[in-house]
Formats: sequence, C-alpha cells, structure tokens
Amino acid sequence: MHDRPSLHIVDLRSGDHGPYALTVAAGECVSLSGPSGVGKSRLLRMVADLDPCNGEVRLGATACRAMSAPQWRRKVCYLPAEAGWWADTVREHLPDSDQTQALLAALGLPERLLDAPLTQLSSGERQRLALVRAILQQPDFLLLDEPTSALDEANTLRVEAVLEQLRREGKGLLLVTHSTAQAQRLGGQHWRVQQHGLEAA
Amino acid sequence: MNGPVELGSLELAAGGTLVLLAALLSLLLVLGLQRTFLLAATRMVVQLLLVGLFLRQLFAWSSGWLSAGVVAVMLLAACHEVASRQERRLKQAWHYGVGGLPVTLATLGITLFALTSSLKPQPWYDARHLIPLVGIVLGTVMNSASVTLNHVYGTVSRERQAIEARLTLGANRYQACHDLLRRSVRAGILPLLNQMAAAGIITLPGIMTGQILAGMDPIAAARYQILLLCLLAGGGFLAACGTAYLAVWRLTDERDRLRLDRLLAAN
Repeated sequence: MHDRPSLHIVDLRSGDHGPYALTVAAGECVSLSGPSGVGKSRLLRMVADLDPCNGEVRLGATACRAMSAPQWRRKVCYLPAEAGWWADTVREHLPDSDQTQALLAALGLPERLLDAPLTQLSSGERQRLALVRAILQQPDFLLLDEPTSALDEANTLRVEAVLEQLRREGKGLLLVTHSTAQAQRLGGQHWRVQQHGLEAA
Repeated sequence: MNGPVELGSLELAAGGTLVLLAALLSLLLVLGLQRTFLLAATRMVVQLLLVGLFLRQLFAWSSGWLSAGVVAVMLLAACHEVASRQERRLKQAWHYGVGGLPVTLATLGITLFALTSSLKPQPWYDARHLIPLVGIVLGTVMNSASVTLNHVYGTVSRERQAIEARLTLGANRYQACHDLLRRSVRAGILPLLNQMAAAGIITLPGIMTGQILAGMDPIAAARYQILLLCLLAGGGFLAACGTAYLAVWRLTDERDRLRLDRLLAAN
C-alpha cells in the first residue's frame, strides 16, 4: 500500500480562509469537523479544484495544476451532501454492472430505485445513490461532505461499512462530519476546521 | 407583369381613417386607449417616412463607406439591445461582447455570403441591397442571440448542482454544460423553426406578400422568400450557438470550474 501516492494539501487559501495544510495517505480516513459556515465544504471544493484558490494540492509528487482538471477530479472525487443529477432516472447516471449491484445491496438500496424518477426518491436514497456513483468512478481519494447527513442510524452504519471497505482497499478518505462518534468509528486523524487553519480535535 | 401600385397621399389617407376610426371606437367605449393608439400610429408614420427619406438619400449617394457606417451603427444598436434585454450580466465589457460578438459575426457573415453567392448586385456593396439585407438578418439574429443568452443566464444557476455533479465525475466544462447548451440554443432558434414551419400555411411571409402586392410573379416571390428564410435560419442558428458557447466559456474557467461569481444581477 506504500507505493500509492498520498494527497498533500499545502498552504491552501481562498479569500479570507486558510491557509490549510494536511496530508491524507492512501488507505487512511481523515475526518474534519467544525461549525457550519466555517469553510469545510469550501476546503473540500478547493481540494477538488472546483473553486479558485491559492496554494497547492498534490497527489504524490504530481501537482493538481500539472494535470487537466477533469483528470484530477477523476482521481480526487468530491461528493457534496446534496449531489446533483442531470437526467431523469438513476439508471442514466450509473453503469449497469455487478459492482453497481453489489454497492446498491451493501447500502440497503433496492434495485427498483434505478428506474424511479429522481424526484420521487427520498433525500437519503439520493445521498446513498450519489455515493455509489462516486465510488464507481474509482477515484484514488474521495472527498465526502457529510455523507450521512440525510440518513437514519442503520443506513449511516451501512455507509460507514462501505467506506471502511474502501479504506482497506487503499482509497484515501477525507470526510466532513458533525458527529464525533462517526469520526471515532471511522478512525484516523480528526481535525477541527477553523477559518485560518486546522486544529487537532 | 403589372408594376407596383403607386400609393398616393389619398390612398394613404384612406388607410389612416382606419386608425382614426379605431381611436373613435376606443373613445365611445371608454377604453381610454385612444391616446396611446394615436401616438403609436403617428410614431410609425414619422419613423417610416424618415427612414424612407434616409434610404433614398443613401441610395442616391451610393457610397460604400457611408453604407459601412450605417451598418456599423445598426450593429452597435443591436449589440446594445441584446445586452439590455438580460436580467443578469457578466462583468465588464463581456456583458456586451458575449451577445454582441456572435450577432456581429453572424450578421456580417450571412450578409456577405448572400451578396456574393446569390444576390450578386453590382457593385456588391450596393446600398439598395446591403442595407435592407443587413436589417432583416440582424433582426432575426439579434432575436436568437438575445433569447439564447436569456436562457443560459436564467438556467445556469438553477442547474449548478447538475453541472457540478458532472464536473466532479471528470467531465470538462462543455460536456458538463451540454444540456444547458442544447436547451439554450433550442430556445434561441424556436422562433425560426416556427417561422419556417408556418411559412405559406399559417402565415404568408411579409416579404413574399409585399412582392406579390408589388406585382411580382408568386413563384419568383416564393424563391426570394425561400432564400431569405434560409439566410435567416443559418444566421439565427450561428448566432444562437455562438452566444451559448461564448456565455458558457465565460461562465466557466480554464480549470473547468463553474464560475457563477462572474454572473451579476443587471444594474
């Protein structure tokens, strides 16, 4: 697992926020928490190169700017708490594969949801389906913005089990959560995001 | 073939009585519309007579430079119109450029194409052909660009989540905005599609009607109308595509990020 590159965040700033510095190794889960509006989502968006910012993000020795933004985002995938959908049904967003089936089952999602109109799904179902969609892209690092915010306890545990499995497979996870218990369950570093940097939690 | 029926002042006055009658009717029915109605009719008469006088003089001078100047003024006015129709705006000069550039290029391109390939007046910049042609192409092209731009600006914020979802999954900016582009261009060319589909069945197009009334053979008039509608369709489509892509290009950046911060409320 040591040959896989780590995700390095170096002196990352945007407007009045930052600088942030953090390293997430492959196969590691790092949790971030902090009050609403402090810039947790903004930090994840900067790492995924979705917002203009100063500073540097590297994958191993390769800087984000050294590759195209689409290339970068396929390796470092950002998943917002409420992800968007561009077609009418779920099936149009997901490949039809065994891996899809397996992930749906692991997250407690019945297969019939694939053909349901997205507007008829609950926010919890959409949130888990968006996670499936992101995992199927096979990024090296997943940036998860409150991935269980719309879920009940049973489904929260299912999501955590899937994340744990991904971590063991060598994916790096950077996760925003409001739950200290969740951060403890997932293990790894836990940081509190502040306007001008990170503080150990 | 009969020549065009010359309209004298008496014949025009006969038409004018219709407007007066309508105003009288409004007065009798206490609709309170007579003032606006008469004002609009007067404006129409004055404007058309002035433009007639102006064009007569312009054709008499038949100066290429003068015609070019008139075309430039028309284009500037159209660019301003496209921009001022919008409820949102881009920063700085892009507010005008994003609609104005495609309008200008499409109008000039289509006009030059028509003048050199099919109409072939001598000389090619003859004002009698150039000015009316620019006018009619510009009207349509401006409409397409303005509706397209309105659609891009109006929906891009609403579709932010869907566009960013595609970006996070590794799409580039044009792939991510493909639905937005398609729907905006479609909105822009919808009037053109309607115009072509309705031509001859639901409406008799204005140019064709005018030429038939002026004594032209209906088939010859139809040919003119066909050429003209082709020019308008081509110009409108080019302007709509150009405007949509230019707007999306400005609303995203070189790192394929959606930049809604560049979109401001008008005024």
